[in-house]
Amino acid sequence: MSYFEIKELVKTFGGLTALYEINLSIDQGEIVGLIGPNGSGKTTLFNCINNFCTPDRGQILFKGQRIDGLPTHQICKMGIARTFQIVKPLKRLTVLDNVMAGAFLHTNDEKQAREKSLAVLEFCELSHRKDMLGKDLPIADKKRMEVARALASDPELLLLDETAAGLNLKEIERMLEIVMKIRQSGITCLVVEHVLKFLMGVSDRVMCINFGREIVTGRPQEVMSHPEVIAAYLGAEYATGRLH
Amino acid sequence: MSLLLQALVGGLLLGGIYALIAIGMTLIMGVMRIINLAHGALMVMGMYISYALFVHLGLNVYLGMFVAVPALFCVGYILQKFIIRRVTEIVTVLPETQVLLTLALGLAIVELLRIIFTSNYQTVEIPGISDKAFYFAGISMSYPMVIGFVGALVLIAGLHLFLTRTDMGRSIRATAQDSEAARYMGVNTRKVTCITFGIGSALAAAGGILLLPAYYLYPGVGNAFTLKAFIITILGGMGSTVGAITGGVLLGVVESLTATYWSMGYQDLLGLIIFLLVLVFLPGGLQTLLKRK
Amino acid sequence: MRRGPIKYIVPGILAVALPFVLPGYYMHMLILVLLWITLATAWNLLGGYAGQVSFGHSLFFGLGAYGGGLLFYYFGISTWWGMLLGPIWAVIVAIPIGLITFRLRGPYFALAMLAMAEVARIIFNSWTTFSNGAVGIMISRTWGGNKLPYYAIILAIAGLTLYVTRRLVRSKFGYYFLSIREDQDAAEALGIHSTRYKLYALIASVFFTALAGAFYMNYMAFIQPDVVFDLTDISIMMILCVMLGGAGTEWGPALGAAVYVLLAECFRTVPVIKEVHLLAFAIIIIGIIMFLPDGIIGSWDKVSRCFVRPPAAETAAAGQFEPGPAAEEEVRKPEAEL
Repeated sequence: MSYFEIKELVKTFGGLTALYEINLSIDQGEIVGLIGPNGSGKTTLFNCINNFCTPDRGQILFKGQRIDGLPTHQICKMGIARTFQIVKPLKRLTVLDNVMAGAFLHTNDEKQAREKSLAVLEFCELSHRKDMLGKDLPIADKKRMEVARALASDPELLLLDETAAGLNLKEIERMLEIVMKIRQSGITCLVVEHVLKFLMGVSDRVMCINFGREIVTGRPQEVMSHPEVIAAYLGAEYATGRLH
Repeated sequence: MSLLLQALVGGLLLGGIYALIAIGMTLIMGVMRIINLAHGALMVMGMYISYALFVHLGLNVYLGMFVAVPALFCVGYILQKFIIRRVTEIVTVLPETQVLLTLALGLAIVELLRIIFTSNYQTVEIPGISDKAFYFAGISMSYPMVIGFVGALVLIAGLHLFLTRTDMGRSIRATAQDSEAARYMGVNTRKVTCITFGIGSALAAAGGILLLPAYYLYPGVGNAFTLKAFIITILGGMGSTVGAITGGVLLGVVESLTATYWSMGYQDLLGLIIFLLVLVFLPGGLQTLLKRK
Repeated sequence: MRRGPIKYIVPGILAVALPFVLPGYYMHMLILVLLWITLATAWNLLGGYAGQVSFGHSLFFGLGAYGGGLLFYYFGISTWWGMLLGPIWAVIVAIPIGLITFRLRGPYFALAMLAMAEVARIIFNSWTTFSNGAVGIMISRTWGGNKLPYYAIILAIAGLTLYVTRRLVRSKFGYYFLSIREDQDAAEALGIHSTRYKLYALIASVFFTALAGAFYMNYMAFIQPDVVFDLTDISIMMILCVMLGGAGTEWGPALGAAVYVLLAECFRTVPVIKEVHLLAFAIIIIGIIMFLPDGIIGSWDKVSRCFVRPPAAETAAAGQFEPGPAAEEEVRKPEAEL
């Protein structure tokens, strides 16, 4: 029985097929990367896992239990947390309060939630921002707060949606370190990324999709040199070497 | 049987005028995405202008429309330009401030009218028309209602032509679909929103005045009509001309039947209940029912 | 806002002493102030904290009032039992309403509530056999002209409402309400059952609104559907109080309520202005929306936060820019255990 499994997932919007027979299985403790050009369906896949949209066909299983179609908050309670591609800070709350909103998932006690949140903020190197309002943060900190908030809910599986997008090199390094720390603490991750440096540095395996279909899944090096993957990003001519 | 027919016809005529009143709100909602709770108040303002001209100058209310309707266009334009537009750009803790704003504006207008004209119910006489009626197959249709119905259809048709055949009309429709894209295409969306609000107010006033000879006038009548216009907009789906007509006629007929067979007091009730049902179960308006079939 | 018991002592003394100090007429005003403090604070729970703006809270006020009124009308029982029945049946009605309408976003929720209040008003007006119709229900007052017991009761109610609000807001509930308000999708992704928590906010809000309504029945000794289910005088004025004082703050609604009642009194007593009081309030609402959208307390935080850091719930209402820590230090902290 696989730790996390997506079976034959299909999602359509009106006449458009966003995802077609996607299969993916993730082992506990792995970090799996998900890549594909814009519009290939990556965020839709996340939204299906999280039930922001309900799959048309197929199954999603977590620790042997079906989670497709369950309400989003319940999926979170079962141990799956996510960040959003376009960050969603709770704008008029402080950073600490943002994280506490996540921390309250497993406790009713304010003190406990606060302690946990402070610890998570330390972990994500955001302690110095704890009293700043969500909307006043620079983008790199917003992204880290998003990760911190998700971590505060004690997930077993963390879905990271383009956490490195829009960051400069130094910030990407820092984010990379945090994700490695997350892995060390035993949390499984599924990471959507465009920034290849980030992805390659972090993933055990990578899946590439395009037009909602799986192209290839395997070790990062294999995937990156796969001709269809290169074609998807850079064009068929480049892939077959004709451009040079 | 003839009672039923009478009620239906009465409802139809009334519904046409309701549609005219509602179409302004639909337009405003479609273009500016705001819910204009001042709609009824603007309608009443137009009615009072016409009424005042009738009382002081003896001017026939139908002619008075030529003064009141442009006047309300200006009022709407100014309100949008100086007040409403400012508020849509402010983000506050309470998300519904824009709706509250139009509500307060409506309240202010109605109160102003009440202070000037008092709460007394007023009626308007048009010699030779007010008391006459058509008789057809045992059904009576009062002159004012028929004129109102025809006038409403003419104005709605005019609006449709305006929206489809003129440049400004196209700009309005573009802004309704995607205001940012429209702006990139060179549409002056600020002006478009002001003009839209002006047109919406003017049409509401026109509808009210067409209704005037068959109704009575008092400041509070605006509130009832805001709610009716909103019900029709939800029933017919936002931003849809045809939807407004369907919704208007439906509401008119429902009210007429309720008043005839149940009681006057309850006629508003059924409209409200239908409105709530549609709001909750048919988010796109009645059209979603038709599409499913 | 200073912490500690100090800030309760002064209002506490005032609250107890005032009725003995002021002439009888002002008692009525004090009672009204406390009534509106209750209403505004109750509305704020749902609208200011949970972000669900309802334009139809008069529905629950009326149900609270008629809770007692109908008991008297049908069974001749004292309307004081309405203080129990009113809130209970209001909450029972509110739950299905919430479940149905919470699916609606923003303005549609607000207007659906408005429509429900109107439906109630029409039914109570027209269904004469049920509610005695537009004529209303009249009782004889328990304590006649003596206002002091009524003052004590409404003081207790207002205090209870404020207390419960404070406790809720500083607990998990408060954080969850605010999260739902700020971003419902993000809240769901954090495991927050948004419908359930909106329902909690609704229940608390409705309970106190209806309690105020039940008190109203007993105090005024006369209710009519057109009064207790009124859109402008009840539903909208509740919102006015909250906006004036500051939505999403603990004391904002109370402040707004006090200002509202005082203003209304001023209008009432000056003969000329009496006519225009609704117009004046409409203009005030417009003014607040345009120039002071976060209310008095909501904007006050900008000033007071320079001195003291208030707890989360009050910070959340302010939405003002706070100058962050001066330098962004690259401090390498030892890795914390998760």
